[in-house]
Amino acid sequence: MQLNFSIYRYNPEIDDAPRMQEYSLEVEEGQDMMVLDALIALKETDPTLSFRRSCREGVCGSDGMNMNGKNGLACITPLSALGKGKIIVRPLPGLPVVRDLVVDMTQFYTQYEKIKPFLINDDNHPPSREFIQMPEERAKLDGLYECILCACCSSSCPSFWWNPDKFIGPAGLLHAYRFLIDSRDTATDERLNDLDDAFSVFRCHGIMNCVSVCPKGLNPTKAIGQIKSMLLQRAV
Amino acid sequence: MVTNQASMKRNGIQDWVSLRATAIIIALYSFYIAFVFFTAPTLTYPIWQGIFASLFMKVFTFAALVSIMLHVRIGLWQVLTDYVKPAGLRAGIQYVLNLIAFAYVAVGLFVLWGV
Repeated sequence: MQLNFSIYRYNPEIDDAPRMQEYSLEVEEGQDMMVLDALIALKETDPTLSFRRSCREGVCGSDGMNMNGKNGLACITPLSALGKGKIIVRPLPGLPVVRDLVVDMTQFYTQYEKIKPFLINDDNHPPSREFIQMPEERAKLDGLYECILCACCSSSCPSFWWNPDKFIGPAGLLHAYRFLIDSRDTATDERLNDLDDAFSVFRCHGIMNCVSVCPKGLNPTKAIGQIKSMLLQRAV
Repeated sequence: MVTNQASMKRNGIQDWVSLRATAIIIALYSFYIAFVFFTAPTLTYPIWQGIFASLFMKVFTFAALVSIMLHVRIGLWQVLTDYVKPAGLRAGIQYVLNLIAFAYVAVGLFVLWGV
């Protein structure tokens, strides 16, 4: 069985413009594999093909890419899930391309940095050993802490495409809410002050591309809605 | 984090609430007008005039027109800041569109006045 691929190629040092390159791969009839395995096999024949990968099991978030028009992790996307036709692989949209499927994630990380992604606790008497949380307080972090920062969501969000310098993006905001809702964090007001403008949060218009592509099944739109209502409750 | 100067001093929360508040009025008005169209057997000028003669309908229509103006002002600012990056061009387009939105209200007001 022959599988056909069309893969985005661009090496800024050599190419004037990006192009799509056709590849084909022979596999056993009925055999399924992950897109990443197919890319690795293609790289055997064309070592110039570049992409990021590390854990190859959906934990590290390195191989986010656009497969048949939808962002996802190549290592946990089976070829069978992409239909029978040609498989079109492109880099994550909206981010500058370093080479082929490798994108420059600086804008993404800059927005992530802005939300201070660490626990802030200015309690004068911190516990000597560990911060104890009630099970229900800990439960509030479920669906938030699992984010692996693969950028599939933010790079599928039109608001992030148009304002990557001002809109935090779904991944950053999911993390922002993770710290806003953490019972051990004492900087809730400062965090909300930082988000209280016309762009950082409110550029989200709830189109939910982030929810549709998240490889971990998380719901950034819901977290953004919670931040909006926290900001609103503080204002009225 | 994004300075107010970078967003024409627009307030995110206020815009978010205003968009929804005006959307409710616009939606209610649209449903009401649709209801009038579908339930009236024939819509002659006297019937149409009769509908708009009541003070309630005048206030409701004016509220809908003002809501559209506010909704347009916020919504188009958001759309333009997404798609039109040169600040001068954006300011020019915004100026014209806001004028048109105001013209709708002014024309609507004079029409209501005349009924």
